[in-house]
Amino acid sequence: MIAALAKLASKPWIWSFLGAALVWLAAIAFTAGYGAGGMLTAALSLSVFTVIVGVGQMFVITLGPGNVDLSLPANIGLASAVAMKVMDGDDRMVAVGLAAALASGLCAGVANYLLIWALRIPPIIATLSASFVIQSIDISYGRGLQIKPPPGFADFTNIQILGVPLIAVLTVLFTIGAGIALHRMVYGRSVLAIGQNIRAARLAGLKVEPIRFLTYSICGMLGGLDGALLAGYFRGANVDIGGEYLLASIAVVVIGGTSVAGGKANIPGVWGGALFLVLLLTMLNTFGVSAGVRLLLTGLIIVAVITAAGGQKTTR
Amino acid sequence: MAVADVTIVSLDGVEKSFGAVRALGGVNFSVSRSECVGLVGHNGAGKSTLMHVLAGTAAPDKGRIVIAGVEQRQYSAARAKDLGVRCVFQELSLCPNLTVAENARVFHPALRGFNWRRKAGKLIVDKLDEIFPDHGIGASDLIQDLSIGRRQMVEVARAFTVSDRPADLVILDEPTSSLDAHTAGQLLAFVRRSVANGVSCIFISHILGEVLRNCDRIAVMRDGKVVVADRAEAFDRNKLIAAMGGVHQSEREVNSASVPTGRSQAPVRVRALPARQSEGVELIAHEGEVIGLAGLAGHGQTDLLLSIFSASTRRRVGVEVAAPVALVAGDRQSDGIFPQWSISENIGVRSLSKLRDGLLISRRREDDLANAWRDKIKIRTPDMHNNILSLSGGNQQKALFARALASDAAIVLMDDPMRGVDFGTKLEVYALIREEARAGRTFLWYTTETDELKNCDHVYVFRNGAIVADLARDEISEERVIQSSFAGAH
Amino acid sequence: MSALAPPAPRQSAGINWRRLARALLPALSLTLVLAAIAWLNPRAISYFGFTLMLNLAVPIALATIAQMFVIAGNDLDLSIGTFVGFVCCVTATWLKDAPLVGAAMLLGCIGVYAALGALIYLRNLPSIVVTLGMSFVWQGLAILLLPKPGGKAPDWLLAIMGVKPPFIPFPILAAVAIAAVSYFGLMRTSYGAILRGSGGNAIAIDRAGWSLLKAKAGLFALTGLFGVLSGMALVGITTSADANIGNGYTLLSIAGVILGGGEFVGGRVSPIGAVIGALTLALAASPLLTFMHIPPDWQVAANGAILVIVLAARVMISQKGRE
Repeated sequence: MIAALAKLASKPWIWSFLGAALVWLAAIAFTAGYGAGGMLTAALSLSVFTVIVGVGQMFVITLGPGNVDLSLPANIGLASAVAMKVMDGDDRMVAVGLAAALASGLCAGVANYLLIWALRIPPIIATLSASFVIQSIDISYGRGLQIKPPPGFADFTNIQILGVPLIAVLTVLFTIGAGIALHRMVYGRSVLAIGQNIRAARLAGLKVEPIRFLTYSICGMLGGLDGALLAGYFRGANVDIGGEYLLASIAVVVIGGTSVAGGKANIPGVWGGALFLVLLLTMLNTFGVSAGVRLLLTGLIIVAVITAAGGQKTTR
Repeated sequence: MAVADVTIVSLDGVEKSFGAVRALGGVNFSVSRSECVGLVGHNGAGKSTLMHVLAGTAAPDKGRIVIAGVEQRQYSAARAKDLGVRCVFQELSLCPNLTVAENARVFHPALRGFNWRRKAGKLIVDKLDEIFPDHGIGASDLIQDLSIGRRQMVEVARAFTVSDRPADLVILDEPTSSLDAHTAGQLLAFVRRSVANGVSCIFISHILGEVLRNCDRIAVMRDGKVVVADRAEAFDRNKLIAAMGGVHQSEREVNSASVPTGRSQAPVRVRALPARQSEGVELIAHEGEVIGLAGLAGHGQTDLLLSIFSASTRRRVGVEVAAPVALVAGDRQSDGIFPQWSISENIGVRSLSKLRDGLLISRRREDDLANAWRDKIKIRTPDMHNNILSLSGGNQQKALFARALASDAAIVLMDDPMRGVDFGTKLEVYALIREEARAGRTFLWYTTETDELKNCDHVYVFRNGAIVADLARDEISEERVIQSSFAGAH
Repeated sequence: MSALAPPAPRQSAGINWRRLARALLPALSLTLVLAAIAWLNPRAISYFGFTLMLNLAVPIALATIAQMFVIAGNDLDLSIGTFVGFVCCVTATWLKDAPLVGAAMLLGCIGVYAALGALIYLRNLPSIVVTLGMSFVWQGLAILLLPKPGGKAPDWLLAIMGVKPPFIPFPILAAVAIAAVSYFGLMRTSYGAILRGSGGNAIAIDRAGWSLLKAKAGLFALTGLFGVLSGMALVGITTSADANIGNGYTLLSIAGVILGGGEFVGGRVSPIGAVIGALTLALAASPLLTFMHIPPDWQVAANGAILVIVLAARVMISQKGRE
């Protein structure tokens, strides 16, 4: 029992779940237990959006130092507009709309990789430049877009089974799949190897550039999917719909125990980090604090959590 | 000299463990003033740990350190420097983004004030001039722009520079590992001069001839202890090897054991023309051959290996490769090891598609592969699931060999992989290479140690990026290789 | 850069040429942008043209230099933008109304930065996450201090930022001064070598007996200092503050450092390059776009495109330099 606990405590993701539980307890202590379940349901729903992009961001960050996708917010915004326009409020077009959103995200991912590869510029700058362009396309394409999502699609994002949102269940399945891909498939192994030592990975015969291409493409597609789902959940697309997911996607990855130095990834931690962030905001809203205080506390708590969890021990 | 017998450093019962691994198990060791002590032993015998203890960068768990007659209780890197103990570590400790002069400044806190750059530059360049008269290194060169050999020259020269604090004891851990024979000779001559002038040295090297020729006294380490220490005259090559233990074969036996073969009639596997060679000799490797790439360090051997490696996946002008290729890196840290992974993951990474069972990588197959190679190549570890960094350097290198040999590659490129590997490991790997070659594998082997060329069927000697000599098996000799490497260059 | 590819012996002349080319790249980018502006609107190349176009160059250059210090230590400051915004708010409120309290607050901010550096070093934390958290903190504080845009810059600050020196526009003079001071401090002083060395090979610095804690805290404190200067300069130009005024500076400052030839790891930064990079971005951002008659919808895209074009040019030039 104690050994099992010790093993659990050595997992880097456990802290994010502990943190999430703590803020949830603090929130229901404040409301004297009122709305505890509803809070969890809402948190699960909202976490889904962070988890989906978080997983994409995690694969990218795992590629090694400097790899990060800063174009996610713009990508999400554009994909949400594309999905809404293609679906055009018609339930029969949902699948086509989702495919269009994925394609839009894929384009963003491919553009990112091409900039990184062709110009050999750091991914931070490449994805930043790409995000400027994507954002403009979105502003121009999605101007004054007032299309509501098809009712069936909007309902789908809100279905609950015994208080558990359906999309959360599907996302859990998706993350399990991502975990298997990470640890048990050649793709995931290659990502981890590249993140640890890109030169050694190349000399060990791994297909470094195709893997990087695939990773940025997958991250872009997940951003696209997220855009469509967000538009369904919030009943409409807008340019700023993905705004918070830049910081959130990076924060959940790292709070969850993935190494920003690359080569070490953690799937459960993405869920823990997302739940933690969402519940934290829920708690602060419950307390009824002002926007300034909410930002201040969010920031301080992120710093405190990462300090408490500690950095990764350098193995060398 | 009157001060000859003054002991300047002595260690008494020093112990040090890293986790479960006992690196030092009660070491007694001393160095007198104006003495050069050679330290030899297998990799993993504890030499590097001992040096870290002496340099103050690793605190011993137990035991006494006495320097200049005073017991050191709060010993640290800074204290060591104050007492005049300098260390040239095996992994280079220069800042690549700084200039040569700035790296001297890092080493000497006293170099400050208005014209510190000039003072620092003069200090280091004067010392370089003294040790390596034709070094060609400028004070304002960035370290990252220098070849690894020149970096090592800067590192060594820096250890001998003196500003406000003395350099009484200089520890040289494999200082010649990246130097060619010419510069290594300059360095060893300088060490002799310094020792004659009252400096003490600890000299660690795997090249036993260097140790025997240049040291006053030799200490042999084995399993974390100093097992023998005596005057250098008391040893010869065979005695040293015997004292290091574990090696029952002498080199001669290995050589006679290998079957002499002529130029093979088997199919050609690799045909490569060095980039800077427009005509003349082409490198050709047949199936089942061990081909040596010789010459001074950094004369294009590695570049050719890399272009052969990339030619295996993508067309390249002047290089033809007829089978899958694997590479054994010489620079383990930057080109070989995946530091987060276990030993078995490190071995399996080159064979991932073979380890697949459907879409997923089979854990069982990965473990089987790793364990098979642990037994075959004798990787010393209780568990192949341990982190790769838990192995000593020589065993990490074996894991890299296992990675290449376990793969489907019919051509194995070796980029001076025996750098800093102990003698016993070398013999084991040599035998394995012969065995694999007999089974049809082709080896292209760049080495800086002339002795190793005796394991090759054919040797190409490189100079300034081109092949200058093409030696058949019976023509291979140290004289021929050195002659070709240097002809015209000096 | 690694042992596998040692440059062939005896080629120092080639190395120096490569270093020179590397150092000149940022200047070439700037020239490119200037040439484009001159071609589109020759009248812009004048005293008043530069004063107008480089209006915001001073705070951008200061923020870029701030970012450069953390990058020199292999870290990244994702909070510099909101920090600049917070400093603006402090300057436009407390520093004007109660100068002593305001000054103490700004000094305190630098102290907070030093403490962050120490924290990051001691706990071995990823700076990206810590500063990500701090970006929320600074923004929260700024909103608490100034919920609505307002406040007023102190008169002396307005006077400084409004100086009109003869012949050479103030922003250019200021940029040269910023470049000179930071170049001297980081590249020419003896402790500057230690600071950069801590980014290049921390173990070597540690072994040589230097305190990495001090180096890290020092680099962060310098970031804080230049962040404060950037915020003050910004409010001196805009005359009033807004909690969100600096948000764009985080990415702008990182882009500036990289455009100036800096690298994210290995302590490879160039102060002069960073200032030039900041000027390039400042010019490329709005003046060039206005002259090109780009509709507002596509101005952001044009920004990104210009960043890409400049970097593409850089790749081409540096490949030539490598040959």
